[in-house]
Amino acid sequence: MSDKTMSAEEAVGRLESGMTLGIGGWGSRRKPMALVRALLRSQITDLTVISYGGPDVGMLAAAGRIRKLVTAFVTLDSIPLEPHYRAARERGALDLMEIDEAMFLWGLRAAANRLPFLPVRAGIGSDVMRVNPGLRTVTSPYEDGETFVAVPALRMDAALVHVSRADRRGNGQYLGPDPYFDDLFCEAADTAYVSCERIVDTAELTKEAAPQTLLVKRHTVTGVVEAPNGAHFTSCAPDYGRDEAFQKRYATTPWAQFAARFLDGDEQAYQSAVRSAAGEAT
Amino acid sequence: MSAVSRAEYCVIACAEAWRDAGEILASPMGLIPSVGARLARSTFSPDLLLTDGEAMLVAPDGTVEGWLPYRQHLTLVTGGRRHVMMGASQIDRYGNQNISCIGDWTRPKRQLLGVRGASVNTLNNPTSYWIPRHSRRVFVERVDLVCGVGYDHAAEHPETARFHRVPRVVSDLGVFDFTTPDHSMRLASLHPGVTVDQVREATGFELTVPDEVPYTREPTDRELELIREVIDPGKTRAREVPDRETG
Repeated sequence: MSDKTMSAEEAVGRLESGMTLGIGGWGSRRKPMALVRALLRSQITDLTVISYGGPDVGMLAAAGRIRKLVTAFVTLDSIPLEPHYRAARERGALDLMEIDEAMFLWGLRAAANRLPFLPVRAGIGSDVMRVNPGLRTVTSPYEDGETFVAVPALRMDAALVHVSRADRRGNGQYLGPDPYFDDLFCEAADTAYVSCERIVDTAELTKEAAPQTLLVKRHTVTGVVEAPNGAHFTSCAPDYGRDEAFQKRYATTPWAQFAARFLDGDEQAYQSAVRSAAGEAT
Repeated sequence: MSAVSRAEYCVIACAEAWRDAGEILASPMGLIPSVGARLARSTFSPDLLLTDGEAMLVAPDGTVEGWLPYRQHLTLVTGGRRHVMMGASQIDRYGNQNISCIGDWTRPKRQLLGVRGASVNTLNNPTSYWIPRHSRRVFVERVDLVCGVGYDHAAEHPETARFHRVPRVVSDLGVFDFTTPDHSMRLASLHPGVTVDQVREATGFELTVPDEVPYTREPTDRELELIREVIDPGKTRAREVPDRETG
């Protein structure tokens, strides 16, 4: 029986510069931030990042680690515009494949199903086609003859996701209202690293929650990282909501200053810096 | 009851978007459209579905009646049983909408949200727009990036765009639609206190203005009571459209 537990450093140690990396969650919701912070501590760069973007994208963009981004949006939810992503775009710091939310999902599904593309009724007639000259269309072979966008599979070298609970073998459980697309990210990737609030025995997973909450299946998981508060400062319901005060600090502090105070040390140093910052006015 | 505020006319104008919509999901984005959708659900469109803004389908009092995580929401969008009211950083005379960026997309002057679901929305279910501050910066001749598809572009793809429909645009000045021969924008009603000249002045393209422009209808006493005492007692609506002296 394989034990896949490892530290965030060990997980990131298996990644390489130039990889295509999928990041789960949505906006500023249940993002694998502890894994992103470990990535920021490494030298890994030149990444292609696939994400329904939030501060994961903002931080990696601010640190200059993203060569190309595949996304439908980048937002902090309660703060609509992600400031560091905005700055990176406005200085022309990254390549962008900007696609609609549905095109993104169909791309994940294509990758998870080992299909080269899936047809979707989105994108046609919009400038998504103009800014992505590589996108192709496909015409129905049936009598309707309708034309769709053929969304290419969003296949990735590795996926990073954060869930509420997991066992040591990689069965991952979400306890909040929305699974987002974390299972698809794991299925669409060659390797997947799942961080969680708490590692529990397999039997514990279904003691207080229905089996439908078992979102991520172990055959799609390479490594399991126990990372309490590991989605901070994004939300991880029901364990905690978004840390709005801290998110505001992140959004309004110059990046170098924020990084020096919160990201120079390890995860433990981050969590203790967050606790001491909580007492201060932002 | 005290005089009807501009924000309350906006609520009525948004609510009307969901009249006779039947048993579909009302997806309001923004405070005033949210108040409007709940008002419609509480009065003349009782079969509407509403979400809590996240993954639950809820009654106006918050009772959970269903589960709609993002993955199912996107299926509901493509299934078409939905009428969304989105925001717009720019909108043009054929109803093309932009929320992605201002300036050249390759290196924008101002990066905004991104295309989000504008494209899948406009090709699959009725999509209306809410614009809290009507100005020439928003109502432009041509949007910088087409996110939400307008009538001119939809016409180029008649099969794929067969479900395309932009029923209305509501702003703090009035209600607009595309019921002209070429589907260009038309002034459908003025909120009381607003003049045609004011709207023309704030619009960056030539608007079709009928000879007789009606005013946005008055709320009923029951509607005002619902807005003020039940749906939005905290008066969040005034944050989007402040009360102001008219004339």
